[in-house]
Amino acid sequence: MSFYQSYLGYRDFPFAQYLDAITESQAAAALSKERLKEQDLLTLLSPQAEPFLEDMAQKAHRLTMNQFGSVIFLFTPMYLSNFCTNHCVYCGFNVRNKIGRRRLSFDEVEKEAAKIAETGLKHILILTGEAKKKAGIEYLQGCVKILKTYFTSIAIEIYPLETDEYGKLIASGVDSLTIFQETYNERLYETLHPKGPKRDYRFRIDAPERGCMAGMRSVNVGALLGLDNWRSEAFFTGLHAEYLQRKYPEVEISISLPRMRPQVGGFQPKFTVSDRNLVQIMTAFRLFLPRAGITVSTRESAVFRDSILPLGVTKMSAGSCTSVGGHTSKESGSSQFEISDERGVGEMATALASLGFQPVYKDWQPMEARGDESV
Amino acid sequence: MKYEDYLEIGGTKLFSRLFIGTGKYASDALIPQIAESSGSQVITVALRRVDFESHTENVIKHIPKTMQLLPNTSGARTSDEAIRIARLAKAMGCGNWIKIEVISDNKYLLPDGYETVKATEILAREGFVVLPYINPDLMVAKQLQNAGAAAVMPLGAPIGSNRGLKTGEMIRILIDEIDIPIIVDAGIGKPSQACRAMEMGASACLVNTAIAGANDPVRMAGAFADAVRAGRSAFLAGPGASRKTASASSPLTGFLDFGDPR
Repeated sequence: MSFYQSYLGYRDFPFAQYLDAITESQAAAALSKERLKEQDLLTLLSPQAEPFLEDMAQKAHRLTMNQFGSVIFLFTPMYLSNFCTNHCVYCGFNVRNKIGRRRLSFDEVEKEAAKIAETGLKHILILTGEAKKKAGIEYLQGCVKILKTYFTSIAIEIYPLETDEYGKLIASGVDSLTIFQETYNERLYETLHPKGPKRDYRFRIDAPERGCMAGMRSVNVGALLGLDNWRSEAFFTGLHAEYLQRKYPEVEISISLPRMRPQVGGFQPKFTVSDRNLVQIMTAFRLFLPRAGITVSTRESAVFRDSILPLGVTKMSAGSCTSVGGHTSKESGSSQFEISDERGVGEMATALASLGFQPVYKDWQPMEARGDESV
Repeated sequence: MKYEDYLEIGGTKLFSRLFIGTGKYASDALIPQIAESSGSQVITVALRRVDFESHTENVIKHIPKTMQLLPNTSGARTSDEAIRIARLAKAMGCGNWIKIEVISDNKYLLPDGYETVKATEILAREGFVVLPYINPDLMVAKQLQNAGAAAVMPLGAPIGSNRGLKTGEMIRILIDEIDIPIIVDAGIGKPSQACRAMEMGASACLVNTAIAGANDPVRMAGAFADAVRAGRSAFLAGPGASRKTASASSPLTGFLDFGDPR
């Protein structure tokens, strides 16, 4: 059994018809439930739930305060390599885009790490394009060995791996995994990924589960919002998170809601997701999964990020840069996409504090004391 | 003569029976004020969140030196992880008290009794003052007592739920049957609930979410202190028996009061 089977149960589901038929009283009922079922999630994602957005927000706020308190975990991404063999039509790293390609040397990784560590951050997310010859497991292990001396939690957002490969990275010091399905719509997925290893929809959809099996402490899923109708994409994302949470209760499951941003290839998203829509998605997730983390990246603007803080957000990136070597060098490789919130970590922390939230730089500690594996 | 009421744990006399936490506050800078208004002497802190290398953003720097630090093993999923965190806490200078939290269920944050007992056995043997967080399960509590726990900390309701003493009947059984202190941890949402736990005979309460989540956390900490004190006094005073109905005005045994009819 994999999440793919759950997906198949809904693949040909008549979303448009079903969503049309939902009534406002059904939406009100879903909102008032203490434990939401799959159908309730879909109901809260429907247009009929829109009039209840403020009520959803209030409830989401209450649940988040009780579960997580007034704290926001901060991390920053570090791009290691933008070599890529994929043809994702919406991505700046697409192999066909004529951009500067780079892979950080270990020396450069060390410099970037030292620079980021100056901000006080203890959690880092490392990213690569999909090019195993350029950024394979061994290269990543080498990077992690360096990063471990600067950070207490290392997350990866890279191409999907086999379970034992995840295991190798965990043994090196990685504890968290982020991998987005991009779109859960299998047929659309094929057209968006015309060539390259990423074409394998099933291998990707099962990657978060392989990460759980390998022993990741936390796993983050999401869909790239804008590729398909957001209501069904958000629904599948919620189902995916719930599937993982139920099957792997020892793993902290979280969700991202990345909206498409302009990038080098100039791909235009087919569906727009308004701020109002994003708030609906976020609050529906919170009501459906009160204990799940919700991550918001610098794809969103500073003003919008500040405004949605009370609605369920638990984790935010800060001081981000989406190009390889971008933390230390102005002549870094081309970026994956344009970021929107350009505030540095200190600035972000000050803003959070002024809004009544505590910025948390560290929320995990590797259990061996440094240099003493016996402790 | 008025006798002194205190709770002794790990050789330390505690005159406040309210334990507090450090998570969930909008700012760690609130902690000294919370400590003061609560009058609490014990404060728990998640080791995972302490940045020992940071001189500015280290939660421990905000904790009054007079308080007993109770590091917790939040994030541990197995006894082995809890043991490692406990040892790390000690190595980092956080003392030898440890609140064992072994949670392999991130949905409800319910503790794993079996793994908790295993960790307690080993850490108690190593000289830690072990306070394990558990579901109020009598057998688990007995095993913990035998394993050398200094107290047991049963949950009133899931962490962060503010639902009160949902497990009240089970906690009452622990209070009756277990010889080490019972400290109600998790679930208490209002001072009245903490008061009730104390009236029942709990030795102390640990409250975090209900204080941190209040509009005025400092004031709420004071309210909890009052409630815990009142509940404790009521327990010591020994309340009269309560009845479900009023006493009948024509009691069936009234004739016994008229002396021997013979």
